[in-house]
Amino acid sequence: MKTTLQNALADYLLAMADDELILGHRDSEWCGYAPILEEDIAFANLALDEIGHASLWYTLLAELRREDPQTYADQLVFFRQAREYRNIQMVELPPGDWAFSMLRQYLFDAFEQVHLSALRQSRYAPVASAAAKVLTEELYHYRHTSAWVRRLALGTDDSHMRMQKALDALWPYVAQLFVPFTDEPLLLQEGYVPTRSELESQWNAKVTPFLQECALSLPQPSPTRYARDQHTPHLKVLLAEMQSVARLEPGAV
Amino acid sequence: MSHLSPDQIWHLLTKVADPEIPMVSIVDLGIVRQVGLQGNKIILILTPTFSACPALHWIEAQVIDLLRQSGAAEVEVRWSLTPPWSSDWLTPQARQALTRVGIAPPPRHDGRLEVALEQPVSCPYCSSTNTQMKNDFGPTLCRAIYYCHDCHQPFERFKPI
Repeated sequence: MKTTLQNALADYLLAMADDELILGHRDSEWCGYAPILEEDIAFANLALDEIGHASLWYTLLAELRREDPQTYADQLVFFRQAREYRNIQMVELPPGDWAFSMLRQYLFDAFEQVHLSALRQSRYAPVASAAAKVLTEELYHYRHTSAWVRRLALGTDDSHMRMQKALDALWPYVAQLFVPFTDEPLLLQEGYVPTRSELESQWNAKVTPFLQECALSLPQPSPTRYARDQHTPHLKVLLAEMQSVARLEPGAV
Repeated sequence: MSHLSPDQIWHLLTKVADPEIPMVSIVDLGIVRQVGLQGNKIILILTPTFSACPALHWIEAQVIDLLRQSGAAEVEVRWSLTPPWSSDWLTPQARQALTRVGIAPPPRHDGRLEVALEQPVSCPYCSSTNTQMKNDFGPTLCRAIYYCHDCHQPFERFKPI
Protein backbone atom coordinates (compact mmCIF):
# COMPACT_ATOMS: atom_id res chain seq x y z
CA MET A 1 0.00 0.00 0.00
CA LYS A 2 1.30 3.48 -0.89
CA THR A 3 2.38 5.52 2.16
CA THR A 4 -0.11 8.31 1.50
CA LEU A 5 -2.99 5.84 1.31
CA GLN A 6 -1.78 4.00 4.39
CA ASN A 7 -1.57 7.25 6.35
CA ALA A 8 -5.05 8.25 5.26
CA LEU A 9 -6.46 4.88 6.33
CA ALA A 10 -4.54 5.01 9.62
CA ASP A 11 -6.02 8.46 10.39
CA TYR A 12 -9.51 7.10 9.68
CA LEU A 13 -9.04 4.04 11.90
CA LEU A 14 -7.57 6.13 14.73
CA ALA A 15 -10.54 8.49 14.61
CA MET A 16 -13.00 5.58 14.78
CA ALA A 17 -11.12 3.96 17.65
CA ASP A 18 -10.81 7.20 19.63
CA ASP A 19 -14.53 7.97 19.26
CA GLU A 20 -15.42 4.54 20.68
CA LEU A 21 -12.87 4.67 23.47
CA ILE A 22 -13.82 8.11 24.78
CA LEU A 23 -17.55 7.40 24.50
CA GLY A 24 -17.02 4.07 26.28
CA HIS A 25 -15.20 5.87 29.06
CA ARG A 26 -18.03 8.37 29.48
CA ASP A 27 -20.55 5.49 29.52
CA SER A 28 -18.56 3.79 32.27
CA GLU A 29 -18.90 6.89 34.47
CA TRP A 30 -22.56 5.95 35.12
CA CYS A 31 -21.42 2.75 36.84
CA GLY A 32 -22.72 3.02 40.41
CA TYR A 33 -24.64 6.24 39.66
CA ALA A 34 -27.41 5.33 37.22
CA PRO A 35 -30.94 6.19 38.33
CA ILE A 36 -32.07 2.54 38.38
CA LEU A 37 -30.16 -0.75 38.65
CA GLU A 38 -31.17 -1.96 35.17
CA GLU A 39 -29.64 1.13 33.59
CA ASP A 40 -26.47 0.81 35.64
CA ILE A 41 -26.14 -2.63 34.09
CA ALA A 42 -27.11 -1.34 30.65
CA PHE A 43 -24.52 1.46 30.67
CA ALA A 44 -21.85 -0.93 31.91
CA ASN A 45 -22.65 -3.16 28.91
CA LEU A 46 -22.62 -0.19 26.52
CA ALA A 47 -19.29 0.93 27.95
CA LEU A 48 -17.74 -2.51 27.60
CA ASP A 49 -19.05 -2.89 24.05
CA GLU A 50 -17.69 0.51 22.98
CA ILE A 51 -14.29 -0.18 24.50
CA GLY A 52 -14.27 -3.58 22.77
CA HIS A 53 -15.06 -1.88 19.48
CA ALA A 54 -12.27 0.63 20.09
CA SER A 55 -9.95 -2.33 20.65
CA LEU A 56 -10.97 -3.82 17.29
CA TRP A 57 -10.16 -0.59 15.42
CA TYR A 58 -6.87 -0.09 17.32
CA THR A 59 -5.94 -3.67 16.36
CA LEU A 60 -6.63 -2.98 12.68
CA LEU A 61 -4.47 0.13 13.02
CA ALA A 62 -1.67 -1.90 14.62
CA GLU A 63 -1.78 -4.42 11.77
CA LEU A 64 -1.73 -1.62 9.18
CA ARG A 65 1.23 0.05 10.88
CA ARG A 66 2.99 -3.29 11.55
CA GLU A 67 3.01 -2.59 15.28
CA ASP A 68 2.54 -5.26 17.95
CA PRO A 69 -1.25 -5.66 18.28
CA GLN A 70 -0.83 -6.83 21.89
CA THR A 71 0.67 -3.55 23.09
CA TYR A 72 -0.11 -0.85 20.52
CA ALA A 73 -3.61 -0.05 21.78
CA ASP A 74 -2.34 0.46 25.33
CA GLN A 75 0.42 2.76 24.07
CA LEU A 76 -2.10 4.87 22.18
CA VAL A 77 -4.75 4.92 24.88
CA PHE A 78 -2.63 5.54 27.97
CA PHE A 79 0.31 7.55 26.72
CA ARG A 80 -0.99 10.07 24.19
CA GLN A 81 -1.73 13.69 25.07
CA ALA A 82 -5.17 15.18 24.51
CA ARG A 83 -4.02 17.04 21.38
CA GLU A 84 -3.03 13.69 19.81
CA TYR A 85 -6.49 12.22 20.21
CA ARG A 86 -8.77 12.24 17.15
CA ASN A 87 -12.23 11.77 18.63
CA ILE A 88 -15.08 14.20 18.03
CA GLN A 89 -15.87 16.66 20.81
CA MET A 90 -19.37 15.30 21.36
CA VAL A 91 -18.09 12.09 22.98
CA GLU A 92 -15.69 13.80 25.36
CA LEU A 93 -18.37 16.00 27.01
CA PRO A 94 -19.08 15.09 30.65
CA PRO A 95 -22.12 12.85 31.34
CA GLY A 96 -24.45 15.69 32.35
CA ASP A 97 -27.86 14.44 33.40
CA TRP A 98 -29.54 11.22 32.30
CA ALA A 99 -31.28 12.86 29.34
CA PHE A 100 -27.98 14.30 28.10
CA SER A 101 -26.07 11.01 28.26
CA MET A 102 -28.91 9.05 26.70
CA LEU A 103 -29.35 11.52 23.84
CA ARG A 104 -25.61 11.75 23.23
CA GLN A 105 -25.43 7.95 23.03
CA TYR A 106 -28.48 7.85 20.72
CA LEU A 107 -27.03 10.44 18.32
CA PHE A 108 -23.79 8.47 18.11
CA ASP A 109 -25.58 5.10 17.90
CA ALA A 110 -27.59 6.42 14.93
CA PHE A 111 -24.31 7.45 13.32
CA GLU A 112 -22.87 3.98 13.89
CA GLN A 113 -25.90 2.42 12.21
CA VAL A 114 -25.32 4.36 8.97
CA HIS A 115 -21.51 4.39 9.14
CA LEU A 116 -21.02 0.68 9.87
CA SER A 117 -23.65 -0.33 7.32
CA ALA A 118 -21.64 1.57 4.70
CA LEU A 119 -18.29 0.21 5.91
CA ARG A 120 -19.52 -3.37 5.40
CA GLN A 121 -19.00 -2.62 1.70
CA SER A 122 -15.44 -1.38 2.20
CA ARG A 123 -12.93 -2.76 -0.29
CA TYR A 124 -10.43 -2.95 2.58
CA ALA A 125 -11.39 -6.41 3.82
CA PRO A 126 -10.38 -6.05 7.49
CA VAL A 127 -12.59 -2.95 7.81
CA ALA A 128 -15.53 -4.68 6.11
CA SER A 129 -15.25 -7.68 8.48
CA ALA A 130 -14.90 -5.57 11.62
CA ALA A 131 -17.82 -3.35 10.59
CA ALA A 132 -20.08 -6.38 10.05
CA LYS A 133 -19.19 -7.70 13.50
CA VAL A 134 -19.64 -4.41 15.33
CA LEU A 135 -22.96 -3.70 13.58
CA THR A 136 -24.53 -6.88 14.99
CA GLU A 137 -23.79 -5.66 18.50
CA GLU A 138 -24.74 -2.05 17.84
CA LEU A 139 -28.35 -2.99 17.10
CA TYR A 140 -28.93 -3.48 20.82
CA HIS A 141 -27.43 -0.04 21.54
CA TYR A 142 -29.67 1.70 19.06
CA ARG A 143 -32.82 -0.07 20.29
CA HIS A 144 -32.03 0.84 23.87
CA THR A 145 -31.11 4.48 23.45
CA SER A 146 -33.84 5.32 20.93
CA ALA A 147 -36.42 3.78 23.32
CA TRP A 148 -35.10 5.92 26.18
CA VAL A 149 -35.00 9.13 24.14
CA ARG A 150 -38.63 8.55 23.16
CA ARG A 151 -39.65 7.61 26.72
CA LEU A 152 -38.11 10.75 28.19
CA ALA A 153 -39.15 13.12 25.39
CA LEU A 154 -42.77 11.97 25.53
CA GLY A 155 -42.82 11.43 29.31
CA THR A 156 -43.48 14.10 31.89
CA ASP A 157 -43.08 17.86 31.44
CA ASP A 158 -39.83 17.61 33.38
CA SER A 159 -38.39 14.75 31.33
CA HIS A 160 -39.41 16.47 28.09
CA MET A 161 -37.81 19.74 29.17
CA ARG A 162 -34.57 17.96 30.07
CA MET A 163 -34.50 16.11 26.77
CA GLN A 164 -35.07 19.34 24.83
CA LYS A 165 -32.31 21.01 26.83
CA ALA A 166 -30.02 18.09 26.03
CA LEU A 167 -30.81 18.38 22.32
CA ASP A 168 -30.15 22.13 22.35
CA ALA A 169 -26.79 21.48 24.06
CA LEU A 170 -25.71 18.57 21.81
CA TRP A 171 -26.86 19.71 18.37
CA PRO A 172 -23.94 22.14 17.77
CA TYR A 173 -21.53 19.20 18.19
CA VAL A 174 -23.19 16.97 15.61
CA ALA A 175 -21.70 18.78 12.61
CA GLN A 176 -18.22 17.53 13.51
CA LEU A 177 -19.27 13.95 12.73
CA PHE A 178 -19.53 14.95 9.08
CA VAL A 179 -16.35 16.97 8.58
CA PRO A 180 -14.44 15.26 5.76
CA PHE A 181 -11.00 13.88 6.58
CA THR A 182 -8.08 15.65 4.91
CA ASP A 183 -7.11 12.69 2.73
CA GLU A 184 -10.58 11.33 2.23
CA PRO A 185 -10.35 11.47 -1.61
CA LEU A 186 -7.57 8.83 -1.48
CA LEU A 187 -9.77 6.51 0.57
CA LEU A 188 -12.81 7.15 -1.61
CA GLN A 189 -10.83 6.35 -4.74
CA GLU A 190 -10.01 2.91 -3.34
CA GLY A 191 -13.57 2.31 -2.17
CA TYR A 192 -12.40 1.99 1.43
CA VAL A 193 -14.90 4.39 3.04
CA PRO A 194 -18.18 6.21 2.27
CA THR A 195 -18.27 10.02 1.86
CA ARG A 196 -19.09 12.15 4.89
CA SER A 197 -21.84 13.92 2.94
CA GLU A 198 -23.49 10.55 2.18
CA LEU A 199 -23.33 9.71 5.87
CA GLU A 200 -24.76 13.09 6.79
CA SER A 201 -27.86 12.70 4.60
CA GLN A 202 -28.44 9.13 5.79
CA TRP A 203 -28.05 10.18 9.39
CA ASN A 204 -30.38 13.14 8.99
CA ALA A 205 -32.97 10.94 7.26
CA LYS A 206 -32.88 8.64 10.28
CA VAL A 207 -32.60 11.10 13.15
CA THR A 208 -34.71 14.11 12.10
CA PRO A 209 -38.06 12.30 11.74
CA PHE A 210 -37.37 10.38 14.95
CA LEU A 211 -36.72 13.53 16.98
CA GLN A 212 -39.83 15.12 15.47
CA GLU A 213 -41.88 12.05 16.51
CA CYS A 214 -40.49 12.72 19.98
CA ALA A 215 -42.02 16.21 19.83
CA LEU A 216 -38.57 17.78 20.09
CA SER A 217 -37.69 21.03 18.33
CA LEU A 218 -34.61 20.82 16.18
CA PRO A 219 -32.16 23.61 16.93
CA GLN A 220 -30.53 25.54 14.11
CA PRO A 221 -27.60 23.64 12.61
CA SER A 222 -24.22 24.85 13.77
CA PRO A 223 -22.10 26.67 11.19
CA THR A 224 -18.88 25.74 12.99
CA ARG A 225 -17.16 22.56 11.93
CA TYR A 226 -14.14 21.75 14.06
CA ALA A 227 -11.34 19.45 12.89
CA ARG A 228 -10.73 16.35 14.97
CA ASP A 229 -7.52 17.63 16.50
CA GLN A 230 -9.47 20.39 18.26
CA HIS A 231 -10.76 19.41 21.66
CA THR A 232 -12.68 20.92 24.53
CA PRO A 233 -10.96 21.34 27.94
CA HIS A 234 -12.93 18.26 29.08
CA LEU A 235 -10.67 15.79 27.27
CA LYS A 236 -7.59 16.73 29.30
CA VAL A 237 -9.51 16.15 32.52
CA LEU A 238 -10.86 12.82 31.27
CA LEU A 239 -7.41 11.60 30.22
CA ALA A 240 -5.79 12.74 33.47
CA GLU A 241 -8.06 10.33 35.28
CA MET A 242 -8.11 7.54 32.69
CA GLN A 243 -4.32 7.50 32.23
CA SER A 244 -3.34 8.11 35.84
CA VAL A 245 -2.69 4.51 36.89
CA ALA A 246 -0.82 3.53 33.72
CA ARG A 247 1.37 6.62 33.93
CA LEU A 248 2.33 5.89 37.55
CA GLU A 249 4.16 2.79 36.40
CA PRO A 250 4.68 2.71 32.62
CA GLY A 251 5.49 -0.79 31.42
CA ALA A 252 3.56 -2.45 34.23
CA VAL A 253 1.22 -5.28 33.30
CA MET B 1 6.13 -35.59 22.17
CA SER B 2 2.89 -36.82 20.66
CA HIS B 3 1.44 -35.55 17.43
CA LEU B 4 -2.21 -34.70 17.73
CA SER B 5 -4.55 -35.25 14.81
CA PRO B 6 -7.23 -32.69 13.95
CA ASP B 7 -9.90 -35.06 15.31
CA GLN B 8 -8.04 -35.37 18.58
CA ILE B 9 -7.66 -31.62 18.79
CA TRP B 10 -11.39 -31.04 18.19
CA HIS B 11 -12.16 -33.59 20.90
CA LEU B 12 -9.79 -31.88 23.35
CA LEU B 13 -11.39 -28.51 22.64
CA THR B 14 -14.77 -29.84 23.78
CA LYS B 15 -13.20 -29.85 27.26
CA VAL B 16 -12.68 -26.08 27.20
CA ALA B 17 -15.79 -24.55 28.69
CA ASP B 18 -17.08 -21.02 28.51
CA PRO B 19 -16.03 -19.62 31.91
CA GLU B 20 -19.38 -17.85 32.39
CA ILE B 21 -21.49 -20.81 31.22
CA PRO B 22 -19.40 -23.82 32.33
CA MET B 23 -21.79 -26.44 30.97
CA VAL B 24 -21.19 -25.30 27.38
CA SER B 25 -17.92 -25.91 25.51
CA ILE B 26 -16.32 -23.46 23.10
CA VAL B 27 -16.98 -26.01 20.36
CA ASP B 28 -20.71 -26.04 21.12
CA LEU B 29 -20.68 -22.24 21.15
CA GLY B 30 -19.29 -22.19 17.63
CA ILE B 31 -16.20 -20.27 18.75
CA VAL B 32 -13.80 -22.77 17.15
CA ARG B 33 -13.89 -22.28 13.38
CA GLN B 34 -10.89 -24.18 12.10
CA VAL B 35 -8.23 -26.57 13.28
CA GLY B 36 -5.10 -26.78 11.14
CA LEU B 37 -1.64 -28.28 11.27
CA GLN B 38 1.52 -26.77 9.86
CA GLY B 39 4.18 -29.41 10.56
CA ASN B 40 4.44 -29.50 14.36
CA LYS B 41 2.45 -26.33 14.80
CA ILE B 42 -1.25 -26.33 15.56
CA ILE B 43 -3.08 -23.33 14.15
CA LEU B 44 -6.52 -22.63 15.54
CA ILE B 45 -8.95 -20.13 14.16
CA LEU B 46 -11.39 -18.89 16.77
CA THR B 47 -14.08 -16.26 16.46
CA PRO B 48 -15.30 -13.91 19.22
CA THR B 49 -18.94 -14.16 20.27
CA PHE B 50 -19.06 -10.52 21.37
CA SER B 51 -16.07 -8.30 20.49
CA ALA B 52 -15.61 -7.02 24.04
CA CYS B 53 -16.17 -10.35 25.81
CA PRO B 54 -13.54 -10.44 28.58
CA ALA B 55 -13.66 -14.26 28.65
CA LEU B 56 -11.94 -14.47 25.24
CA HIS B 57 -8.43 -13.93 26.64
CA TRP B 58 -9.08 -16.57 29.26
CA ILE B 59 -10.42 -18.99 26.64
CA GLU B 60 -7.32 -18.48 24.47
CA ALA B 61 -5.03 -19.19 27.42
CA GLN B 62 -7.02 -22.30 28.37
CA VAL B 63 -6.88 -23.65 24.82
CA ILE B 64 -3.11 -23.18 24.53
CA ASP B 65 -2.51 -24.69 27.99
CA LEU B 66 -4.66 -27.72 27.33
CA LEU B 67 -3.09 -28.53 23.96
CA ARG B 68 0.45 -28.04 25.29
CA GLN B 69 -0.32 -30.36 28.21
CA SER B 70 -1.64 -32.91 25.71
CA GLY B 71 1.69 -32.90 23.90
CA ALA B 72 1.40 -30.14 21.32
CA ALA B 73 4.78 -28.59 20.46
CA GLU B 74 3.48 -25.23 19.33
CA VAL B 75 0.02 -23.70 19.34
CA GLU B 76 -1.07 -20.51 17.60
CA VAL B 77 -4.50 -18.98 18.07
CA ARG B 78 -5.81 -16.57 15.46
CA TRP B 79 -9.04 -14.62 15.92
CA SER B 80 -11.18 -14.17 12.86
CA LEU B 81 -14.16 -11.88 12.32
CA THR B 82 -15.10 -13.32 8.96
CA PRO B 83 -17.92 -14.27 9.04
CA PRO B 84 -18.99 -12.58 12.31
CA TRP B 85 -20.13 -14.98 15.02
CA SER B 86 -23.84 -15.76 14.93
CA SER B 87 -25.90 -17.20 17.77
CA ASP B 88 -27.32 -19.50 15.07
CA TRP B 89 -24.07 -21.45 15.45
CA LEU B 90 -25.01 -22.69 18.94
CA THR B 91 -25.36 -26.48 18.68
CA PRO B 92 -28.46 -28.34 19.93
CA GLN B 93 -26.32 -29.55 22.86
CA ALA B 94 -25.50 -25.94 23.75
CA ARG B 95 -29.17 -24.99 23.60
CA GLN B 96 -30.19 -27.88 25.86
CA ALA B 97 -27.42 -27.13 28.35
CA LEU B 98 -28.46 -23.48 28.50
CA THR B 99 -32.12 -24.35 29.09
CA ARG B 100 -31.15 -26.76 31.89
CA VAL B 101 -29.44 -23.96 33.81
CA GLY B 102 -32.24 -21.46 33.33
CA ILE B 103 -30.91 -19.52 30.34
CA ALA B 104 -33.37 -19.30 27.44
CA PRO B 105 -31.49 -20.10 24.23
CA PRO B 106 -31.75 -17.64 21.31
CA PRO B 107 -34.11 -18.35 18.39
CA ARG B 108 -32.57 -19.08 14.98
CA HIS B 109 -32.63 -15.83 13.05
CA ASP B 110 -30.88 -16.45 9.70
CA GLY B 111 -29.53 -12.90 9.78
CA ARG B 112 -32.95 -11.31 10.37
CA LEU B 113 -32.31 -10.17 13.92
CA GLU B 114 -35.13 -7.63 14.15
CA VAL B 115 -37.68 -10.32 13.23
CA ALA B 116 -36.20 -12.73 15.80
CA LEU B 117 -36.45 -10.07 18.48
CA GLU B 118 -40.23 -9.83 17.96
CA GLN B 119 -40.77 -13.50 18.83
CA PRO B 120 -42.10 -14.45 22.29
CA VAL B 121 -39.52 -15.86 24.67
CA SER B 122 -40.15 -19.19 26.35
CA CYS B 123 -39.42 -19.56 30.07
CA PRO B 124 -36.63 -22.16 30.50
CA TYR B 125 -38.23 -23.36 33.75
CA CYS B 126 -41.91 -23.78 32.84
CA SER B 127 -41.96 -23.19 29.05
CA SER B 128 -44.58 -20.46 29.29
CA THR B 129 -44.41 -17.61 26.78
CA ASN B 130 -46.09 -15.28 29.25
CA THR B 131 -42.72 -13.64 29.77
CA GLN B 132 -41.45 -10.08 29.80
CA MET B 133 -38.11 -8.51 28.97
CA LYS B 134 -36.76 -6.65 31.97
CA ASN B 135 -33.44 -5.55 30.56
CA ASP B 136 -31.85 -5.99 27.15
CA PHE B 137 -28.54 -5.99 29.02
CA GLY B 138 -27.44 -8.40 31.70
CA PRO B 139 -24.53 -9.64 33.80
CA THR B 140 -22.54 -10.52 30.68
CA LEU B 141 -22.61 -9.10 27.15
CA CYS B 142 -24.40 -12.20 25.84
CA ARG B 143 -27.34 -12.26 28.28
CA ALA B 144 -30.55 -10.29 28.76
CA ILE B 145 -32.87 -10.42 31.79
CA TYR B 146 -36.48 -11.66 31.60
CA TYR B 147 -39.30 -12.47 33.98
CA CYS B 148 -41.92 -15.23 33.75
CA HIS B 149 -45.41 -14.17 34.81
CA ASP B 150 -46.57 -17.78 35.13
CA CYS B 151 -43.96 -19.37 37.39
CA HIS B 152 -42.85 -15.97 38.77
CA GLN B 153 -39.16 -16.52 38.27
CA PRO B 154 -36.61 -14.24 36.67
CA PHE B 155 -34.41 -15.88 34.05
CA GLU B 156 -31.67 -14.96 31.63
CA ARG B 157 -31.82 -15.11 27.89
CA PHE B 158 -28.92 -15.69 25.52
CA LYS B 159 -29.13 -12.70 23.18
CA PRO B 160 -29.70 -13.50 19.51
CA ILE B 161 -26.89 -11.93 17.48
